[in-house]
Amino acid sequence: MALLEVKKLGISFGGLRAVDEFSIKIEKGELYGLIGPNGAGKTTIFNLLTGVYKPTDGSIILDGEDITGKSTIQINHAGIARTFQNIRLFHNLSVIDNVKVGLHNHYKYSAGTGVFRLPKFFRTEKEMNKKALELLRVFDLEGEAYLPASGLPYGKQRKLEIARALATQPKLLLLDEPAAGMNPNETAELMNTIRFVRDNFDMTVLLIEHDMSLVSGICERLSVLNFGQLLCQGETSEVLSNPEVITAYLGE
Amino acid sequence: MAFLENLINGISLGSIYAVIALGYTLVYGIAKMLNFAHGDVIMVGGYVVFNAIVKANLNPWVSVALAVVACTVLGITIEKVAYKPLRKASSLSVLITAIGVSYFLQNMALLVFGEKPVTFTSVIDIPKISLFDGKVVIKGETTAAIIASILIVIGLSLFVNHTQKGRAMLAVSEDKDAAQLMGINVNSTISLTFAIGSGLAAIAGVLLCSSYPILSNTTGAMPGIKAFVAAVLGGIGSIPGAMIGGITIGVIEILGRAYISPQLADAIVFAVLILVLMVKPTGILGKKINEKV
Repeated sequence: MALLEVKKLGISFGGLRAVDEFSIKIEKGELYGLIGPNGAGKTTIFNLLTGVYKPTDGSIILDGEDITGKSTIQINHAGIARTFQNIRLFHNLSVIDNVKVGLHNHYKYSAGTGVFRLPKFFRTEKEMNKKALELLRVFDLEGEAYLPASGLPYGKQRKLEIARALATQPKLLLLDEPAAGMNPNETAELMNTIRFVRDNFDMTVLLIEHDMSLVSGICERLSVLNFGQLLCQGETSEVLSNPEVITAYLGE
Repeated sequence: MAFLENLINGISLGSIYAVIALGYTLVYGIAKMLNFAHGDVIMVGGYVVFNAIVKANLNPWVSVALAVVACTVLGITIEKVAYKPLRKASSLSVLITAIGVSYFLQNMALLVFGEKPVTFTSVIDIPKISLFDGKVVIKGETTAAIIASILIVIGLSLFVNHTQKGRAMLAVSEDKDAAQLMGINVNSTISLTFAIGSGLAAIAGVLLCSSYPILSNTTGAMPGIKAFVAAVLGGIGSIPGAMIGGITIGVIEILGRAYISPQLADAIVFAVLILVLMVKPTGILGKKINEKV
């Protein structure tokens, strides 16, 4: 069974049909790309998948669970985490605290325990620190753990966003233009990171990207979106040589 | 010597303002709104303690605990009923609603607790401190206010900066949508903020009424506004800022009353607000916001 199965998803904003009859099936462990010209509806689909927008029609099934129309929190609990096209870290919090915010739902103690600093408070915080540092180590951010997130260079902020999303322990990771604003070296490094995450965290990744070197480098399958509709879908090499796709991207 | 006594009284009054200002600052920091009904929650706290002690003959500590619980519930209810439906509305609508809630509370108090001001009996049982052969006398209420506010500021800073719920509050204060997508329940976090702010308002009410024992339906209004000035002076959104602002305002008020003019004391406090807004609008500890063009 597919990890994510989206059927005939659609949303209208007033008279505008932003996404229409979008269907996709992503297998567990896949690296899947969603591409298309600007304004095709890619980020809208991410917003639909994460519950920021409620779909007008269609259904979203994650690992056998119907999450159509659920709230962002419920969907996050069900196992979808994301990063943002424009980085949205908690800039005033430290790097490690950003990750610990992501761990929020997996380590619980009551407000009272926190106020009175009961033993459980220290135990849980210690576990959280350990887990957060482990994650930061994966992304080579351990040394900057106690710096404010706003002080990180751009590439590291992108990595921290991925670490924070992973901290919520998702089944499916959505990356919205992870290579935006990166130079070719940083992009190459990012590709390694994404592959590493997939392999070591048993993660399934769906990413939006304009950088074709990244898309052709790591995505196994692609869906191409144009004007809110699916243009074509399939193996990366096939899709990228499809004349219709080339037309959509480069014009007649 | 009189100066020293005035200064200590100023610090004490300022400590009470600081506790109230914390409520403003927390709610502003996390929910991005000015809860002008905050001062009136203080008044409700005062009345709950008064009635619990005088009418129900309860132990003062139990009465204070009762007031904290009552105000916490009141704060959460106000947020749910009046502010939550306006989460996406413009800040002006929320501000006007807050003023409406303030008048609602004042008039409900008139209805429930009666229009005649009552005399509050102090719940604080700390002996006086005499210094310099009795030339300077510090009342128990004064000491209690100072100690209570220090404990509250330290406790609150620890809670906000070093616990899970506090971290969630900071995350929500920075970016509600991103916090939600990381699985944080924004509504319950905002409720918690109101709960803490209102619980503190109850404590402030007890401290205030113990020092200044006349309690009426508008008791909370003026200290509420002054605490707001304190929060702005210290840098709204900052916990230590609320403490610094509160004490500064308290000292200015008492010294102004003693050495300039009792009638002008309040005017001086508000003149300080105008000065702050002119010179450093972000307050003493406020962060500078670079607006993008």
